[in-house]
Amino acid sequence: MSNTVIKCENVFKIFGANAEKMLKESNGNVDPKIFQENGCIVGVNNASFEVSKGEMLVVMGLSGSGKSTLLRCISRLTDATGGKIFIEGQDLLKLNNKELIELRRNKMGMVFQSFALLPHKTVVENIAFPLQIKGLEIDESINKAMDMVKLVGLEGRENYFPRELSGGQQQRVGIARSLAVEPDIWFLDEPFSALDPLIRKEMQDEFLRLQDKLQKTIMFITHDFDEALKLADRIAIMKDGTIEQLDTPANIVLNPATEYVRKFTEEVPREKVLLIEDVMDTSVTNNLSDFKVSKDETIENVAEKILTQEKSVSVIDSNNKVVGSINPTKIINTVFGGRKNNN
Amino acid sequence: MQFIKKYPKAFQWLFLLVIFFALCFAIEVPETYKFIRGQAEFVKDPNQSFYVFLGKEVRYYAFDVFWRLPPLLGWLPIWINDSLFFLMNEWLPMEFWNSDTQTYKTRPLVLQVTREITSIMTFLIELIREILLGGLKTIVAFTSWDWVGSNSWAKMPGLPWTVVAAGSAILAYKLSGKGLAIFAGLVMVYISIFGQWKPSMQTLSFILVAAPLSFVFGLGFGIAAYKSKRVEKALYPILLVMQTMPQYAVLVPALVLFGVGDHAAVIITMIVAVPPMILLTLLGLRAVPPEVIEAGRMSGCNNWQLMFKVLIPTARRDILIGVNQVIMVCFSMAVISAFIGAKGLGFNLLLALNQLNIGLALEAGLCISLIAILLDKMSLAWANKQVDYFGNLTFFERNKNAIFFGVTVLIGIVLAYLGSFFFKQGFNYLFEVPHNKGISTADFWNKGVDWIFDTFFVYIKAFNTWLIVEVLQPMRALYLRMPAVATLVLVVGAGYLIGGIRSALVVCGLTLFIALSPWWDRALVTTYMATFGVIVSCIIGFTVGTLSFQNKHSANFMLGVCDIFQTFPSFVYLIPVMMLFGITDTSVLIAVIVYATIPATRYTIEGLRSVPTALHDAATMSGVNKFQRLTKIEFPLAFPHMMLGLNQTIVFALFMVIIGAFIGTEDLGQYILKALSDKNGAGIGLTLGICVAFIGLIFDNLIRTWVGQRKKHLGID
Repeated sequence: MSNTVIKCENVFKIFGANAEKMLKESNGNVDPKIFQENGCIVGVNNASFEVSKGEMLVVMGLSGSGKSTLLRCISRLTDATGGKIFIEGQDLLKLNNKELIELRRNKMGMVFQSFALLPHKTVVENIAFPLQIKGLEIDESINKAMDMVKLVGLEGRENYFPRELSGGQQQRVGIARSLAVEPDIWFLDEPFSALDPLIRKEMQDEFLRLQDKLQKTIMFITHDFDEALKLADRIAIMKDGTIEQLDTPANIVLNPATEYVRKFTEEVPREKVLLIEDVMDTSVTNNLSDFKVSKDETIENVAEKILTQEKSVSVIDSNNKVVGSINPTKIINTVFGGRKNNN
Repeated sequence: MQFIKKYPKAFQWLFLLVIFFALCFAIEVPETYKFIRGQAEFVKDPNQSFYVFLGKEVRYYAFDVFWRLPPLLGWLPIWINDSLFFLMNEWLPMEFWNSDTQTYKTRPLVLQVTREITSIMTFLIELIREILLGGLKTIVAFTSWDWVGSNSWAKMPGLPWTVVAAGSAILAYKLSGKGLAIFAGLVMVYISIFGQWKPSMQTLSFILVAAPLSFVFGLGFGIAAYKSKRVEKALYPILLVMQTMPQYAVLVPALVLFGVGDHAAVIITMIVAVPPMILLTLLGLRAVPPEVIEAGRMSGCNNWQLMFKVLIPTARRDILIGVNQVIMVCFSMAVISAFIGAKGLGFNLLLALNQLNIGLALEAGLCISLIAILLDKMSLAWANKQVDYFGNLTFFERNKNAIFFGVTVLIGIVLAYLGSFFFKQGFNYLFEVPHNKGISTADFWNKGVDWIFDTFFVYIKAFNTWLIVEVLQPMRALYLRMPAVATLVLVVGAGYLIGGIRSALVVCGLTLFIALSPWWDRALVTTYMATFGVIVSCIIGFTVGTLSFQNKHSANFMLGVCDIFQTFPSFVYLIPVMMLFGITDTSVLIAVIVYATIPATRYTIEGLRSVPTALHDAATMSGVNKFQRLTKIEFPLAFPHMMLGLNQTIVFALFMVIIGAFIGTEDLGQYILKALSDKNGAGIGLTLGICVAFIGLIFDNLIRTWVGQRKKHLGID
């Protein structure tokens, strides 16, 4: 598939002295307990997935689940112990140091949880840093960096030092810096986790606006399930180094693959997450009421109107074509059914 | 019993002390023992015993092994000497091209290498010196004496003092701003009109070579140690010993290798200044957050860019402290290396002290201190300097400092030229104010000293006598009365109780080295002086620190005072005390106390400051008053940091005790000083230096281990 940008095949990351030898002996069947007894810690356990162009994959997991390690394998900040990683068809693990640096200078950008700004450089210098590393003239890099400053809305603060900025502003600088070389692939490692809830929401919206405009291929790491639902095209849920489930937000909410995933989905307000499209019935297209809803609406927005109808409601796509139907009871089942503690 | 169960440690310590005192009382002082005796001397004496090791005869006075261990390491200095001699004169002779005689000449490798280093250093120093003062040697280095002799114009003219003064003011302005520029100008004018220009510039040229070289080497080794565990492991023991090694002790071996003069001084300064720079570089690089490194990598940095554009700038606070240390050590060494013939202010200072001309010493000391403060501030400003990218400046604005400097050079030279017509007696005051023509306040100070002596002689003498007779003598007697075995038991026991078997072994090894060297008695005297100094320093530092901590402004003020005092070269402290107390142990001890109080105060304030505000508030809300908060919350939490201060206090005190040998003590330092003028002094000096370093390391090990455990226990890091 030419559309695939990132491709992982059976990626392992195991920390410890003789990790490689043990991995070879295990034949790809890694039991973390046995490894731990031998002084090895399993960071990523047999991860395989693909990310296509313009897609946003959110990797979600609690601390210690290996999500950051996975990201660092793919950006090759650490070397994976086993498996293969392809970036646009190039075998990442076979690149030599020079090629890797080229790849990072042109194709990759990364945002960090603690912002990781250079304390001795101003906002604009920080943003211009990757450009200067790449070899651009100072003036040119500063000019480009100024565009980025505008993009993230920090005009007027370009000569501030990181220590003079708030957390949200610092992360804007981090985002601008990661975008300065106009990379195709964008890694974000818990970028909003260190921010206050209100700022976090603002930054998420800002981030969606940027992505709408830029259409990068994104791997986004978070420990916040709501954030994952809000941003993701697809979500990978990780636990103890293993990917428990990798699917669209709707499918994860509707069909959690494991008990662990189900626990996360329990408290999720489904009406806010699910779209009509996710719950509609595509087989029944006759005997419908006249009321029509778009398939891209969230349930929350149209539930009231659907529930007042007696018959099923027809669902249309953007071309006004009927693509399915939805029954009021389905809405009720989706929103209220299948939960524990219903008293 | 209840008590023992509740405080098992206290009981163990009590037990240790009981054994110690039991040993002290059980082991009698041998009748033949006198303080002066018991040392290995090279004079043959029928009462001496001797043993032969590696074909060398080591003589010593034998005592009961419980009282004093035999100097089984007595061969070490002799062996070091022989090895050095062998290295320098016999090992690996090779053919080297001699460009003067156009022939090959056979020379031992080490000798050749040291001579090469020597000539490079000499060239660098002379180059800077002749830019500042004028001279021939730089041009000679490129041509020959004959050529210079036949071309009388070929001479570095040297800069008029007005140009140097204006230049440093402009540089200070560029680096920091008006304030520093005015300070720089005033310092230079002061130096000039007080007739200290020439020695000052000599010292400056020495420092302008030593400090950057130390910085580069320290940074380089620091980076190497950061990159490779193996390098770090190899460097670590050297760094540890060098931290507590007195500067005197390095002089002697360097004297053998590099001879006498400014170049040797630069090399010694590097030996002393590089270790702290390495440590601080390593510390700073280690403290760079991993995400910043990753951010650098993801920006596509190669290793070189990562190091110099990301790691080092991010670690610049610690590296700056390193630069600061380097500058301080350089000035300190600028004085001490006068012992091996370095020219400049240090030499004048030593000479003046030797002649007991306190006034002259004070002037030279003041000059050194002023230059030290100036360079310190300038290096700080340099490191904090930022570039402004958004200036749309004209050529003139962009280069105004350079243009100003060019103009001042012209004006200065023209003035100096005019001056040569104006001043007729051969002294051109606009070029350089000669030493004997400057204003001198020496007489004033000398008269002041005389007056103090005349007026307060009775009181000072009474105080002096009281201190020596009532406090110092008994204390010294007590230390010397300790049988070697008892001391060993005490130190090793303390090591075991604090840090377990590992600490006990380390401490035991360090103590045994000193006990088996021929200078155990001297080491006891050094320890007693240091102990006295440390106790008094801690009491003062602790009190001052705690009191000034009560108010934010006074705390900042106190830290500022500590900063400035720390910039003074250690030798300068001897001047005022000699002024007041003359040549006695009291002088040394007071210098020790003043010098060692700096870290004691600083760490007390910093420790108290490090107590988290949340705890502060929590305590206040539990209704404690100020005093309770201090004793129940702040002291216990700040104590580990304050103990690190104690560690520094001990190191500072030991340094000053050794330097005090100049005034005349009878401890290890005195022997190091003697070794300087001994043709076989290298081995003795080095061994003595290691002994002093080990005294420091024993305390260092115990304190650090304890602090580490305590911090873990309190959950602070």
